[in-house]
Amino acid sequence: MKPWQTPLDVDKQKTPHGKIHIIVDRCKGCGFCVEYCPRDVLEMSDEYNQKGYHPAFAAHEEKCINCDLCELICPEFAIFVLKDDDESEDKLKGHVDTVLDDSDEEPSDEKSS
Amino acid sequence: MSEEAPPKIMRRKPVTDHPMSDLLRIDRFPHVWCPTCGLGTVVNCLGTSILKTPEVDPNHIAVVSGIGCAGRGAGYLRFDSFHTTHGRALPFATGLSLSRPDMKVIVFSGDGDIVSIGGNHLIHAARRNMDMVVICVNNFIYAMTGGQTAPTTPTHARSSTSPFGNSDPPFNLPYLAASCGATYVARWTALHVRRLQKSISEVLKKKGFSFIEVISPCPTLYARLNNLGTGLDLMRFYHDNSEINNDADLKSLDINFKGKIICGKFVDLDSPTYRDRYDEENEHILGDKFIPYDLPDFPHISSNSDKEKIEK
Ligand SMILES: Cc1ncc(C[n+]2csc(CCOP(=O)(O)OP(=O)(O)O)c2C)c(N)n1
Ligand code: SF4
Ligand code: SF4
Ligand code: SF4
Ligand SMILES: [Mg+2]
Repeated sequence: MKPWQTPLDVDKQKTPHGKIHIIVDRCKGCGFCVEYCPRDVLEMSDEYNQKGYHPAFAAHEEKCINCDLCELICPEFAIFVLKDDDESEDKLKGHVDTVLDDSDEEPSDEKSS
Repeated sequence: MSEEAPPKIMRRKPVTDHPMSDLLRIDRFPHVWCPTCGLGTVVNCLGTSILKTPEVDPNHIAVVSGIGCAGRGAGYLRFDSFHTTHGRALPFATGLSLSRPDMKVIVFSGDGDIVSIGGNHLIHAARRNMDMVVICVNNFIYAMTGGQTAPTTPTHARSSTSPFGNSDPPFNLPYLAASCGATYVARWTALHVRRLQKSISEVLKKKGFSFIEVISPCPTLYARLNNLGTGLDLMRFYHDNSEINNDADLKSLDINFKGKIICGKFVDLDSPTYRDRYDEENEHILGDKFIPYDLPDFPHISSNSDKEKIEK
């Protein structure tokens, strides 16, 4: 869709970018996220996960605009997306490290805006 | 984790935590719901609404379910969750809501549970404008017990108890709830995740009886018995056949087999709740002798003026 008028501050606008996380063994391969991602970022994998499903994977992560639709539509809570742009880079580093280092810490404050 | 690991690579690893894991009983995962069932999506929208509504304190949320596939919903949410008996989610929630006005009571259950065996409770809870949110997941069938006809099964649809087609007309749930007195009535499908999530955020801040019907795919029974494909095929069907019309005439919201699904927010009123009326009536009769139950209200945005009214 093309905007009907070029916004005056277009040079200051940045397309948000997302970092996709898939909890592979929780995915039941329903394909909801693949079907409804507006940027066709996701695809079904040929590989099997622990439970014998073909999980979704981020085939074109660079196209992700962090819209969160996949996160909201996933019935298995198997996919989530964190903001990944230059401004939040530092914040994200600390944030994601926390997730990996200590699984008791939740990334929920980041999302609950 | 070692210091030398570059953050870029670390971020590419799948992490094991989801932003909603705080609100979920992850120890019970994976949940029982079939692949491509829509129930998980509806729970996801409910959880996200709670996360994204800062006015709502998660410690003051109770989720009540009855029995059925949808009835498992409460058990996966880490609030004060109750799995009650079949059809009795609403009376249980009524008691809870009256004794704990400081809590937001959310009923999460199925069409069979809320409208069939629990149908009588539904009409009276709506009539008395009990302060609660009802999320009724309508998959057009009794799924858990093997796909029997429900009062929501569309005419001509097949089920295990009507193998050649159902001859009965189904309930039009928004019309039913609204005509009984519900002060917020909406219908969405499991595909309308954003609108559903916004709707739930709205009712979390609202006082009174709110009813949200969510049409959700049941691939294992409803779709299989009617050759409708997988849950993803049903999502595609919703995409092609649902229409949003907030001003639709409630009487026109019937769902026919393979027919159009009209979605929207149909009713949003402010009306005194059961407790408002009860307090007012007793104050009127007993005057100063009446001592109202004085637990503070759940912090509803729209309730402050009402609260002042009662306090006077
Ligand atoms: C008193 C009683 N009667 C009947 C049952 C059997 N039963 C369990 S679930 C269910 C139907 C549930 O249908 P619905 O609420 O639509 O949930 P779904 O499984 O479709 O999500 C029935 C009849 C029961 N558990 N208890
Ligand atoms: S956040 Fe949006 S764009 Fe990114 S993968 Fe998910 S659905 Fe696609
Ligand atoms: S929506 Fe969730 S369960 Fe379905 S394929 Fe995507 S990640 Fe897997
Ligand atoms: S039987 Fe139907 S409603 Fe129940 S979990 Fe399976 S798909 Fe979902
Ligand atoms: Mg059902």
